[in-house]
Amino acid sequence: MKPIEIEKVQQMLDNYLDKEVYIHLETTNGAYANHLDANAYTVGAYIRNTKVTYKQAKIIGDGSSYRVGLKMELGWIYAEGLTDWTIYQENQLLLAGHDREGRLMVALEISETPFQQ
Amino acid sequence: MEKHVVVIFPHPDDEAFGAAGSVAKFRAEGVPVTYLCGTLGQMGRNMGNPTFANRESLPEIRKKELKQACATLDMELKMLGYRDKTIEFEDKQEVADHLRGYLEEIKPSLVITHYPGYAVHPDHNSLGAAAIQAVEDMNPEERPKIWAQAFSNGHEEALGAPDIKHDIHDYFDKKLQTILSHDSQVAGMFGWYKQLDDLDEEVKKELIENQAIERFYLWEFDKNDEK
Ligand SMILES: [Zn+2]
Repeated sequence: MKPIEIEKVQQMLDNYLDKEVYIHLETTNGAYANHLDANAYTVGAYIRNTKVTYKQAKIIGDGSSYRVGLKMELGWIYAEGLTDWTIYQENQLLLAGHDREGRLMVALEISETPFQQ
Repeated sequence: MEKHVVVIFPHPDDEAFGAAGSVAKFRAEGVPVTYLCGTLGQMGRNMGNPTFANRESLPEIRKKELKQACATLDMELKMLGYRDKTIEFEDKQEVADHLRGYLEEIKPSLVITHYPGYAVHPDHNSLGAAAIQAVEDMNPEERPKIWAQAFSNGHEEALGAPDIKHDIHDYFDKKLQTILSHDSQVAGMFGWYKQLDDLDEEVKKELIENQAIERFYLWEFDKNDEK
């Protein structure tokens, strides 16, 4: 992946407007967080291949870390801490936030076809 | 001597850190070893350092690394096809039956797996539990021994000292090579293993000592049945 280029990502987000798309949304601090540091909490959540349609999308950030909000008919999809992006297999927009050691902390991915199970 | 050893862990790299030295030792003695690897570690956080994988490319990359690791150890590989982080939500008996199918075919004399409840990651605990269930469901005369690996904080207070302390200094190079096969995962504290030769002797010694004794508990069927 490469550092987020805001205009290109905005353009990609707009390409999916009003279409049925599949979402992967995830955040994690690793299954070992509490094992390695008793004061830390192990938290994480992900949804994969949830089909949605959004009518408005924005990416906002300060040049190093970004937020994305997708407005749907009945609600929102939101991700914070995104740093990198890529287009994977031509039609999948992958956005992710990595820590200093390259570990994934958050991911938002949008595709017109289902992600591999 | 063992007849055949089956290693049952959920993630590509569990075999490297947990049992690569023991596997290398068994192979050197001519004992066949089969790895039943539960998942492809699809949800791993490490993407290489610097990153070269992403969430979607990770499964294929880890599959290649796993094959490389098994080739290094000259260990047969069977991939079970579960998804990372979801094993505890599968039907336990179904997973146990799946595993028992392999065990009845391979007829191992020893199974190595994680100690349920003392192996930190939910996949470790749940696949370990299913593996033990699978062996318990077998005919008592045909049951292999089980070596269960525990490493949660405080496991020794709860379980006592491990029964088996496998000194694998002689196979450390093989183990290191197996660990390094998992290139996308060898980051953070394990990144040190990439630069072992550049390290201070003291640090190097400590890193080697951490990996050169592999510890297991011999599973006692009756004792644990009564609980
Ligand atoms: Zn693992």
